Amino acid sequence: MRLVLVLLVLVGILVADHRFNAMLGARAVLEMVATPVYWAAEAPVKLFDWGRERLVSHAQLLEDKQRLQQENLVLQGRSQQMASLQAENVRLRALMNSSAILRDDVQVAELVGVSPDPERHQLVINKGSDDGVFVGQPLLDADGLLGQVVEVSPQLSRVLLITDATHSIPVQVNRNGVRAIAEGTGSLGQLEVHHVSATTDIREGDLLVTSGLGGRFPAGYPVAVVSNVYRDPGKAFANIFATPSAALDRSRHVLLVFTAPANKEGD
Amino acid sequence: MDTRGPQAYWLILVSFFGALVLAILPLPRYLLIWRPEWVALVLIYWSMALPHRVGLLTALCLGLMLDVLEGALLGQNATGLVVVAVLVMLLYQRIRVFNLWQQSGVVFVLVSLNQMVCQWLQQWEGLGSERLLFLLPAAISALIWPVVYFSLRSARRSYRVS
Repeated sequence: MRLVLVLLVLVGILVADHRFNAMLGARAVLEMVATPVYWAAEAPVKLFDWGRERLVSHAQLLEDKQRLQQENLVLQGRSQQMASLQAENVRLRALMNSSAILRDDVQVAELVGVSPDPERHQLVINKGSDDGVFVGQPLLDADGLLGQVVEVSPQLSRVLLITDATHSIPVQVNRNGVRAIAEGTGSLGQLEVHHVSATTDIREGDLLVTSGLGGRFPAGYPVAVVSNVYRDPGKAFANIFATPSAALDRSRHVLLVFTAPANKEGD
Repeated sequence: MDTRGPQAYWLILVSFFGALVLAILPLPRYLLIWRPEWVALVLIYWSMALPHRVGLLTALCLGLMLDVLEGALLGQNATGLVVVAVLVMLLYQRIRVFNLWQQSGVVFVLVSLNQMVCQWLQQWEGLGSERLLFLLPAAISALIWPVVYFSLRSARRSYRVS
C-alpha cells in the first residue's frame, strides 16, 4: 500500500519535472537543504588549495610578482588604446544609427562542485539568488563562454555547460559573420555545428563567437574554434566540429555576466 | 538526549550525510565511472539491519536529495533507491544469514537494478550512453561492500542503535 503510494508520487514528480518543468520551486528548496553537503564535499579541495598557497617558496613568490608586474604593464598599455578605440566605436555606432553597446558587468564566482554523472555537463557555483544570479544568465571564463545558469537557490546555482548534449547556442563565424547553431555533443572537447550548407565559407581555424540571436547570450564572446570540416559531396550539409575556447574542465574561477539592458537589442 | 542506545538516530543521519558527500566528491573525469554507489550501499545496510526504522520514506527522501545534488531529473535516483529498499525489506531475513561474499552478490544485483532504473529514466530524458559501462559502479559497490558492512556494523554496535 505504502509502496504504491510512494511510486505514484515518484511518477508524478518525474513527469512534472520532465514534461512541465514544474518542480523548480521544490528543487530550489531541496538544493538549499543540500548546501551543507556541497560545503563538506568541497572541504578537502579547499584545504589542499590553502596548503598549496601557504607553502610556496620565497623565490616562487618573487618570480610570480615579476611576471605579474610585466603582465600588468602590457595590459595597461593595451587598455590605454582601448579607451580611444571605445570612443571611436561609440562614434561609429552613432553614425550607423544603432544603439551603443555598453560594457557588460561581471561578477566572479567560484566552482564548488561538478556533476558526478559523466553524462551531464554541469557545474555548481557559489553564487545564488542572494547575489542576483538568475536563470539563463551566461557564464564565462578567461578564454570564452562556459554555459548558462539553469537553477538558482539562495547560496548556489547550477550551470549547464555548452558541451552538454542538451545544449545549443547561436553562434557566428568571427571572420565573415556566417550564422549557425553549435550543439553540445556530450564530450567535453567538442561542439558540433549543425545545418551549415556544404558551400558555406567556413574553414578550420575559424573562431565562432556568440551571435546574440535568441536574446540569451550577449553578442561577441568567443565560443569555440572550428577544428574539422568534412564536406561530403553527396550531402546537403557539411559536418563541422569545433573545440570550445573555454577551459571547461579546468576553470576554478568563473565570471557571471550581467548584461546591460541596452545590449538586448536582438530580442 | 541520550547519544547512545536505541534513540541514536543521529548515527544513521551522519552515515547518510557521509554517503551523500562521497557521492558528489569532486574526482577527475576518468575516475567518475569507478565511483561506488555510496548512498545505495549505506541504504542497503540500514534497511537490512533496521528494517523498522529505515525503509521506503527514507529511500525516497535520500533519492530526492541525491537527484538535486547530481542535477538529475527529480525522482530518478529516488525511484532506483525505492526499488532497492523494497527488495531489501522483502529479503532482509535471508540477506542477514548469508556470508559476506553471498551478500556482495546480492548487493551487486541490487545496485545493478538501481543503475538500470536510473539509466532507463536517463534514456527517457534523452541522455545516457548505449554501453554497459553503467554497470561498473555496481561491481565496484559489491567489492567494497565488506568494508561498508563492517564499519557500519561496528559503529551501530558501539552506539547500540536498534
